[in-house]
Amino acid sequence: MSASAGAVPAPASRAYDVEAVRRQFPGLRVTVHDRPLVYLDSAASAQKPQVVIDAERDVYERYYSNIHRGVHQLSVLATTAYEKARGRVQRFLGAAEAREIVLLRGTTEAVNLVAQSWGRTNVGEGDEILITGLEHHSNIVPWQMLCEEKGAHLRVAPIDDAGVVDLAEFERLLGPRTRLVAVAHISNALGTINPVREMTALAHAAGAVVLIDGAQAAPHAAVDVQEIGCDFYAFSGHKVYGPSGVGALYGRAAVLEAMPPWQGGGDMIATVTFEKSTWAPIPSKFEAGTPSIAGAIGLGAALEWVEGIGLDAIAAHEGELLRYGTEILSAVPGLRLIGTAPRKAGVLSFVLDGIHPHDIGTILDYEGVAVRTGHHCAQPVMDRFGVPATARASLACFNTREDLDVLARGIRKVQEMFK
Amino acid sequence: MNELRELYQEVILDHSRKPRHFREMPEASHQADGHNPLCGDRVTVYLHLKGDVIEDVSFQGAGCSISTASASMMTDVLRGKTVAEAEALFERFHALVTSDPSHADENADAELGKLAVFAGVCEFPMRVKCASLSWHTMKAALEGAAAASTE
Repeated sequence: MSASAGAVPAPASRAYDVEAVRRQFPGLRVTVHDRPLVYLDSAASAQKPQVVIDAERDVYERYYSNIHRGVHQLSVLATTAYEKARGRVQRFLGAAEAREIVLLRGTTEAVNLVAQSWGRTNVGEGDEILITGLEHHSNIVPWQMLCEEKGAHLRVAPIDDAGVVDLAEFERLLGPRTRLVAVAHISNALGTINPVREMTALAHAAGAVVLIDGAQAAPHAAVDVQEIGCDFYAFSGHKVYGPSGVGALYGRAAVLEAMPPWQGGGDMIATVTFEKSTWAPIPSKFEAGTPSIAGAIGLGAALEWVEGIGLDAIAAHEGELLRYGTEILSAVPGLRLIGTAPRKAGVLSFVLDGIHPHDIGTILDYEGVAVRTGHHCAQPVMDRFGVPATARASLACFNTREDLDVLARGIRKVQEMFK
Repeated sequence: MNELRELYQEVILDHSRKPRHFREMPEASHQADGHNPLCGDRVTVYLHLKGDVIEDVSFQGAGCSISTASASMMTDVLRGKTVAEAEALFERFHALVTSDPSHADENADAELGKLAVFAGVCEFPMRVKCASLSWHTMKAALEGAAAASTE
């Protein structure tokens, strides 16, 4: 994966043709302030390949209908395509069965579903939930809300100066009251890759259930939930070149089956009378209401496209760019990289002496360079490194060395202006 | 690049490098904390009123060049103003950074004086909150609120 900067990624057997990849992204052809776009903000959301755009349009032009409801032909076609997309997600995550895949709005909704359904059932007063110091707000706040409601405690395994979770401390914090461990697979603000398999094993040994936030991992690392061994795995479509507003929660069948429904409504019931309703089997039990039909089908197309290129090839390409970017940014005087874990995915978070990230972002924008600036929905990470915010360049399958050269030149211009 | 130069005028860069009245004011009669949750900018504005007149004003905090320069220049212009004048300036400043310059009222701009350098901000919708944070905080302080937020 992109990723194991420590280990040398498998050499791409065929050359990675980044120009061919780029040609598939119409969104990369725009100009920004009369400059060609250099899109380095895929960790926030990725651009979409033509096949994803086409797949969504195709739904609306040829076979749009609601799903799981009608007997008419369009409904059958739409339902079939929707369920095929679920199967794609299943294969993408290495899940044993399609019914273990709940299609939702994204990672945030998936985490909230687990917090509210599994959490409210299984977490009580004095229980503990363990997270790490590098989590995104969406893997902090739902647990805080649950702890507040139940009188439970949120524990945090700290990170070191490189942005690596202290595993010894993580293990020490696992105790008899730990009901759930929620960990990011890859940090959005730092790029750190967590050893999720090892962490899952430790958590299971302590009797805790494990949720992995895979929002940043899905586009960069081949995920196999059975190999990781986790109970839940959440990711968002829009970061893996799919549409926004759709994502998935993997849950082990036995765990999902034991959970109460989350939202009530259509499609999640078996029978309804005014006295009592009974629930549909998983995953429908967790899919009340009409979902993002075209979105899910677009997500299926995105995953198919990613698999066509190969996550290993993408990870090797991004890993090479990460090494190059780290090298040229490290050479900029006054620049400090935030997040220098040995096992890291394609994120270059940085600060410049005396210049606020917002100013960096505005000036880079005039060079056509799109980076994220701010706290990246990870305020505790910013606090840990003693910065209010960072500028973050994040890499995707379509980025090039030239993109990073433009970034580095742009940074020099920023420094020139604020000299 | 012109819009960028409009935004980062030398006066603004100067105030961001060397913010004026950047200090705590223990004797302040009014103060409030301002926070822009979107970007993490934080500012505390201190005012000392004698009767209806702002006798002293200062600020502390951390933010981008636009928010720092805006706070610094605000403290410059508010000194000696009445509360009513400060509130009127707030309204004009807000109009300046949020509106299209082609619709600007030249008389109002004249009253803004050197604050007019912030006219370039309206071309950058994402930066309006940076420029207005200290002003919202000042207004909150005058109104007796403990905190202001640009969200």
